[in-house]
Amino acid sequence: MMARPIRILVAKAGLDGHDRGAKVIARALRDAGFEVIYTGLHQTPEQVVEAAIQEDVDGIGLSVLSGAHMTLFPRIKELLVKEGAADIVLFGGGTIPGEDVKPLLQAGVAGVFTPGTPMATIVDFVRRECGKRVGA
Amino acid sequence: MSEKKPKRNGQPANGKAGERKNKLSGDALWHAQFNAAPKRPGAIDRTISDHPLKPMYGPDDLAGIDYERELSYPGQYPYTRGIHPTMYRSRLWTMRQFAGFGTAKQTNERFHFLLSQGQTGLSVAFDMPALMGYDSDHPRALGEVGKCGVAISTLQDMQDLFAGIDLGRISTSMTINCTAPIALAMYIAAAETQGVPCEKLSGTLQADMLKEYIAQKEWIYPPEPSMRIITDMMAYCSKHVPKWNTISISGYHIREAGSTAVQELAFTLADGFAYVEAGIAAGMDVDDFAPRLSFFFNAHSDFFEEIAKYRAARRIWARHMRERFKAKNPRSWTLRFHTQTAGCSATAQQADNNIMRVAFQALGAVLGGTQSLHTNSLDEVLALPTEQNAQIALRTQQIIAYETGVGNVIDPLGGSYYVEKLTNEMEEGAERYFERIAALGGVIPAIHAGFFQREIADASYRYQREIETGERIIVGVNDFVQEEAEQISLLKIDRAVELEQCRRVAAFRESRDGEAASSALARLADAARTDENLMPHYLDCVRAKATLGEISEALVPVFGRYREPAVI
Repeated sequence: MMARPIRILVAKAGLDGHDRGAKVIARALRDAGFEVIYTGLHQTPEQVVEAAIQEDVDGIGLSVLSGAHMTLFPRIKELLVKEGAADIVLFGGGTIPGEDVKPLLQAGVAGVFTPGTPMATIVDFVRRECGKRVGA
Repeated sequence: MSEKKPKRNGQPANGKAGERKNKLSGDALWHAQFNAAPKRPGAIDRTISDHPLKPMYGPDDLAGIDYERELSYPGQYPYTRGIHPTMYRSRLWTMRQFAGFGTAKQTNERFHFLLSQGQTGLSVAFDMPALMGYDSDHPRALGEVGKCGVAISTLQDMQDLFAGIDLGRISTSMTINCTAPIALAMYIAAAETQGVPCEKLSGTLQADMLKEYIAQKEWIYPPEPSMRIITDMMAYCSKHVPKWNTISISGYHIREAGSTAVQELAFTLADGFAYVEAGIAAGMDVDDFAPRLSFFFNAHSDFFEEIAKYRAARRIWARHMRERFKAKNPRSWTLRFHTQTAGCSATAQQADNNIMRVAFQALGAVLGGTQSLHTNSLDEVLALPTEQNAQIALRTQQIIAYETGVGNVIDPLGGSYYVEKLTNEMEEGAERYFERIAALGGVIPAIHAGFFQREIADASYRYQREIETGERIIVGVNDFVQEEAEQISLLKIDRAVELEQCRRVAAFRESRDGEAASSALARLADAARTDENLMPHYLDCVRAKATLGEISEALVPVFGRYREPAVI
């Protein structure tokens, strides 16, 4: 039994306005029993990390469809480390070419989900990885 | 939404059907036979948009349809069958491939390539910073420069974009919204340097802010000042740039955000009516600006539903423009539209299959009577297209145009029991949405209430769940899956592009008369506090070499910045 529900921040950073995926994932995570907070659009990496710490989330799910993923993911990871919140699991998805997945994982992103990933796969990932933080 | 259908699966077969054959009408016999047969596993009684379907349509479905009133002839009110008497018999649709990436110089090379391959119009994709009102060297632009489109911050960028292309001869579509007046001003100023007067310019500006709040989510100011900027552009263009399509009222992004076909149709036309109301409220005669309004729809995968959507769109627009807004000029009644195949239907898995998806979608758009068309490239699900993939996409249109013969006969599906019935149902569905939007006080109050955003999110979640449960099959994604060895080669935008562009913007600012730029910006802000038309001031700013970011920022103190109520 978990002590409390897993809390996830679904985030949109940068100038990208494509929020379909973020909203679908937010609903899927909520339907799976997690607590979900959505940042809304156009957040800076600083705002995302600040919200994650304030809300004491177990994971950040970042959605990027503008091609800026190689800038935004590493920047958020870097800020999490700097703020002493490296235990918050950073994962995400969007229009991310296969060849960019490995560098992102190496940069400390725990999971990268490319187009067509079933929602169930992401829910399982969150339960497993973010569940560690709540002491499953 | 879901209508109860007669249950077919597992229903005991009527053993006496054969015996009674002679006593039954053809219709009843067919129903008996149909109901007796097992349903194929995976057969769906609904369109991709969850619209209920019958397994067959017949003469009863056309009962009460008055040909002259509902359909009429091509080029005649209500234009269900097409806006021109001749359609593709005299002129094919414009093959207009959207392109833009990296620097202005790189995109200019792609434009020259596309024109050399037989493309007949240009269409500019801008990068995110340009679309959101930031110069390439703004901190918020970091990592986004030249990624989703071409980086344009300065008049010099715009001039470089069209180097060697005669702006007096080509028509250009610019997909840009909150910074649309700046792009238009830069285009006019770039044409001036080529010696082309603005009366000769032809093209289209998207400039549809309402769908930004509803779906695409690129904005600077709140909806109310955005509407004022748009009406200023409409008024200015009707006088000075008469061949310019001032707004491309767009359903494309609404559909991409996950809406159904009926929602795309209804929300787009509701936006169109809102612009007409705004123009009239600003003191213009409807026939002065309505002929320059154009539309932009999505071509999704449910073939007949899409065709019905385009046909219904023409009829609805014509009726409302003539009957509700009392437009007198037939050009105000005709809905002209551009179409783009559905980016959201493309799959990263087995990406080559996207070629086939695009071909069917494009065929639907042509059968629906589109005026211009963009076919997506197979790799656009992951990146901007490579030159080779952009060429295949263009060739797809050329094959439809020159080999399939579908353009030889006007509205070839007119009279189809199914297509006519579906066209009627699309119109009815849209009218029901118009009533709901009116009950909320109109489009802008409905935006503030999150109405469209919620309707779209509900539809997209339903669709995603259908895929998840396997109820709806997407080839290569949830069925017919295969391990993929090879990666398709993608267009990469080098980090050097960003650095180079930032250097160019800085050099542009250095080389100008800073005083002149600041005073033009101050005059723009002052004019924004009055009722004066802003367009001449935008032009002054551009001529004084103010940058896109500076011009956008200058109006923030007057108009404020929009913040969306974030709804999941």
